[in-house]
Amino acid sequence: MTVNSLHYHYDVPGDDFTRAGVASGAVKQILKQLGLNPETVRKMSIALYEAEINMVIHGGGGVIDIDIDDDKIVALVSDQGPGIEDLDLAMQEGWSTASEQERNLGFGAGMGLPNMKKYSDELEINSEVGVGTSVKITVNIEKSGEQRD
Amino acid sequence: MSEYFHSVTLNTELCHGCITCVKRCPTEAIRVRNGKAQIIEGRCIDCGECIRVCPHHAKYAITDPLSSIKEFKFKVVLPPPSLFGQYKRQEDLELIRAGLLKLGFDAVYEVAAAAELVSSATRQLLNGDRLKKPVISSACPAVLRLIRIRFPNLIDNILPLSPPMEVAAMLARRRAVRETGLSPEDIGIAFLTPCPAKVTSIRNPIGIKKSEVDLAISVSEIYPALLSAMNECAEEGLGPDTAQSGRTGMSWGNSGGEAAATLTTGYLAADGIENVINVLEEMEDDRLSDQVFVELNACPAGCVGGVLNIENPYVAVTRMKHLQAYRPVSCNSISEAGIPPDMKWDAKVEPIDTLRLDPSPTESIRMMGELEEIESRLYGLDCGSCGAPSCRALAEDIVRGYSTEDACIYLLKDKVESVRDSLLSLTINKRDKGEVHKHES
Ligand SMILES: Nc1ncnc2c1ncn2[C@@H]1O[C@H](COP(=O)(O)OP(=O)(O)OP(=O)(O)O)[C@@H](O)[C@H]1O
Ligand code: SF4
Ligand SMILES: [Mg+2]
Repeated sequence: MTVNSLHYHYDVPGDDFTRAGVASGAVKQILKQLGLNPETVRKMSIALYEAEINMVIHGGGGVIDIDIDDDKIVALVSDQGPGIEDLDLAMQEGWSTASEQERNLGFGAGMGLPNMKKYSDELEINSEVGVGTSVKITVNIEKSGEQRD
Repeated sequence: MSEYFHSVTLNTELCHGCITCVKRCPTEAIRVRNGKAQIIEGRCIDCGECIRVCPHHAKYAITDPLSSIKEFKFKVVLPPPSLFGQYKRQEDLELIRAGLLKLGFDAVYEVAAAAELVSSATRQLLNGDRLKKPVISSACPAVLRLIRIRFPNLIDNILPLSPPMEVAAMLARRRAVRETGLSPEDIGIAFLTPCPAKVTSIRNPIGIKKSEVDLAISVSEIYPALLSAMNECAEEGLGPDTAQSGRTGMSWGNSGGEAAATLTTGYLAADGIENVINVLEEMEDDRLSDQVFVELNACPAGCVGGVLNIENPYVAVTRMKHLQAYRPVSCNSISEAGIPPDMKWDAKVEPIDTLRLDPSPTESIRMMGELEEIESRLYGLDCGSCGAPSCRALAEDIVRGYSTEDACIYLLKDKVESVRDSLLSLTINKRDKGEVHKHES
């Protein structure tokens, strides 16, 4: 192996609340094993969890692709669901289209997207109504000075 | 790290090398090597799961024998709240005290009494705004070590107060010195422990510089002797009620007692190590931020489910509830003036880095790539025959240089088969060329 990078792929089924969060949980475990700064791990875990849940609840499921290299973690969370009509509105705290049932399950506070923004170092969202939504979360890996090669 | 004492230990002679404990250890701290289980010391949290599940009773907890109290001039015993659920008789509270004195102790100091002080101090702290919420109980040492190893982000959420066992030991020693005039070293403080984690925490305290407890005697060891002593006392007749604690302190023995005693509205209590891990995962991702206090016990049902206790924990809880019904709500509290400094933590709690592959992220990433590659070659059956809890754990061991792919019996079988096949084809080739001579017997 010459290229120092890692790639992970997860298929996330839609509408299965019991499995929502499995992929982000697995990623958290990997990041911890990599010994990354606990704050870095925390940022990615929270942001990715929110994106995964959104994909399950609003997007009908999809795929997650994680790329880790020396200086950043990039998570691409994409679905082929209904898309977001007004992204600026969706980014506002407290704005949600969650159904009564979803609210009863504890979702729908309208905090997912704002939290993704807060915890990621870079957030890129592409969404088109009727086509789907893709969310790209980047969290930088803080260098603790130590470097090989 | 190498000097770390663990109470949980393996009796190699009894170990059959089955993988029951390997599979059940919550921190993947056990491997079977050369036919015997081995504990990876840096990862073990002394939760006692392996003692609980070992079918051959090969795992045990190192504790102090009852006879070791003889070393001290004045002997104080600290019974934990869960002890009161271990015996059938309803007048237990007084009988247990009398029985303990008959066994050779000079004084009894209930840990439940100190628990009420800790509850009272916790309420004061929660009323202030200093603590990072949700606050995690500091009472279960297995949970604290788990947090240091797996959830370092949550260290700052731990309640910075000594646990009831330590507060009881400190106050008991002080009282004994005052009443006997002896010097502190002549007083022996013996805790009756329901679990190995408490024993370990006495030797390696968390949050405090030095433990005040001198001896940890297992409840399972003292149980029969105490029962006989209690029977004798029952015949002789009992003195007046001298119980030192109320419902609040006694309820610390079961899951939820400490949390309820905070008198906050937002609290939760989880018990059993898997449930504890799930709650910590949620907390770490900020999903329990509406909670004020979180009580976590590694053992099912709380301390009463400790592996060194005798009674079924759920039966014991029922009994404890019954005893509590006759007690006042609480008998101890700290003054409004503030928390005594010696109840507070005086040592920093550091994370323990035993999970990461390498200190350098670059190297870790390289090793993780190798790990994934190895794992993809393994069969994914998680059969445990290699002595590791899962194929992934074996892959990790290989990357760390502790094992090889030959440990996998399926890969080995493939290897043997391919050697056989090539030998076979060699033989056939030779036979075709007429080079093979049959040896008939
Ligand atoms: N993947 C997606 N596909 C379609 N719509 C989405 C998607 N992600 C978010 N949305 C829309 O954006 C809104 C806001 O999302 P956000 O995550 O901030 O809140 P929420 O999911 O409704 O509630 P919470 O995350 O607090 O449980 C959602 O209610 C939904 O209408
Ligand atoms: S005591 Fe708990 S953590 Fe330690 S080896 Fe046994 S099961 Fe694992
Ligand atoms: Mg959301």
